[in-house]
Amino acid sequence: MMMTDSSINLNLDKKPSLLNIFYLEAKTETIRLFRTPGFSIPTLLFPVMFYTFFGIVFSMNPATMPTYLMITYAVFGVIGPALFSFGVGIAIERGQGWFDLKEVSPMPASAYIVSRIALTFIFSTAIIVLLFGIGAVFGEVRLFRSQWITLAAIFIFGSLPFCAIGMTLGLYLKASSAPATVNLIYLPMGFLSGLWLPINFLPEFMQQFANLLPPYHLAQLALKVTDMDLGFPIILHISVLAAYTLLFVFLAVKAYHKKDKQ
Amino acid sequence: MTQKTQTVATISNVGKSFGDKQVLSGINMQLHQSEILSVLGPNGAGKTTLINTMLGRLSLDAGEISLFGHPPGSMLVKRQTGAMLQVAGLPDMSTVKEHIELFQSYYAEPMSYQQVMDYSGLKDIENQYSKTLSGGQKQRLLFALAICGNPKLLFLDEPTVGMDITARKSLWKAIENLKANGTSILLTTHYLEEADRLSDRIVMLSRGKVVREGTPAQIKSQINTKKIRFQSKVNISELVAIKHVEKATQLHAENNYFELESTNAEEALKELFKHEIAISDLTIVGAALEDAFEIINNQDSTSSASE
Repeated sequence: MMMTDSSINLNLDKKPSLLNIFYLEAKTETIRLFRTPGFSIPTLLFPVMFYTFFGIVFSMNPATMPTYLMITYAVFGVIGPALFSFGVGIAIERGQGWFDLKEVSPMPASAYIVSRIALTFIFSTAIIVLLFGIGAVFGEVRLFRSQWITLAAIFIFGSLPFCAIGMTLGLYLKASSAPATVNLIYLPMGFLSGLWLPINFLPEFMQQFANLLPPYHLAQLALKVTDMDLGFPIILHISVLAAYTLLFVFLAVKAYHKKDKQ
Repeated sequence: MTQKTQTVATISNVGKSFGDKQVLSGINMQLHQSEILSVLGPNGAGKTTLINTMLGRLSLDAGEISLFGHPPGSMLVKRQTGAMLQVAGLPDMSTVKEHIELFQSYYAEPMSYQQVMDYSGLKDIENQYSKTLSGGQKQRLLFALAICGNPKLLFLDEPTVGMDITARKSLWKAIENLKANGTSILLTTHYLEEADRLSDRIVMLSRGKVVREGTPAQIKSQINTKKIRFQSKVNISELVAIKHVEKATQLHAENNYFELESTNAEEALKELFKHEIAISDLTIVGAALEDAFEIINNQDSTSSASE
């Protein structure tokens, strides 16, 4: 004897405003991170410091190095917030049980992702503005307006594959080990991709190995704008980045929809 | 009319195991509109697993769960549901108000902010970062997040853990008000007093099975064992013979302390005094929930052994 009841089912179809959720989720997340100096200061400062040091003060070749390293440190800079806000952020919230609460709440999963992407874009923009400013003022970096804009767009959208990688890391790693693990991936991957020193400074076998690393391809793509890349086709770099994105989105979706996770 | 017995949740023959371990088996229960159903049980009885299956976080090995006629975990169901889970920490650097306003946005017709404040008693600390909240205040915030969407179905997993008695009582009041407004509530708790005060019905779980189900009065009549302790020079055989005494034990062989167990302590005491046994240092303690489970489990194992 099932008593289905019309008054209960009546308003099951009412939906909240998705845009409003996206907006509030992104706002809350961003405000929260700006209030956490332990995240925001190193994320903004490291690329700026390294660039000032290697690209300007101890520049080996004042004609090209400030431009070259401004581009590679911008890549380094935008990868950081993507990996950390997703990777470490999700792992910690999972550890606290907070992620579980969000998961059983009617928050659309897309809101969680969109808000963190928005957050990554905001941090990326701040890093790009800082590096461009330092490059132009102290490094005598001179580019056409179209080059500045193209570079900024490559950096901002280029963070997306790393958002996907971060998301997967965040869903698989434990809260306690996530910060160390993400650093262990971030820093060596940055170095081996030629973000700290130009890639042709590295021995031949390391240059070969860099082909496997997504930051290398993002950097080559950006360096093409100033004709400083190694000369491989654009389509290669974009394909590798797209492949990484698809692979890690797939892994993240798999991890997220896996039931019975403990 | 059948208005009063509208079914919000139906759990039919649900079974779940983790590897070799059977955590839930053959669970049948229903939750009706405007009803508070408490799920009680010792640690490891399967309470949290049951809630997780109802929230759609765990798959089922057997049986079926239907909430508002839909499978658990679907967005339609989530929009009618609020949940207070055992959460170790909240993101530190958001204020109480920011947390609540964000969760309100997930629902089509959320509760008004003022009303959430009234229910949760968080008004004085609405601008504090969640980092600075005490354990009890965090619990109140999690409660606020669970109710802020005006849910028709509310899951409360150990809601009053870490709360002082004042906070606990005001939370009870809020739960009763929500129920009066038509919310159906599924509660798990370790506190028998809490379940007793709030529940319309109680389901007792033990080792993944429903061992008792009924109103608090019905359950209590089965587990309301009190322990009567005193010092006396009496012979234990005389105590065993007293009416309403189910069990008598001598606590220590050397000194003369005795413990009687009775489900009707008042009558047992009357009988004890009638026998004119000289006693001193009398104390009476109620059975804790854990004791009650021991009693029920013992009853069950004896009855199944005799089958």
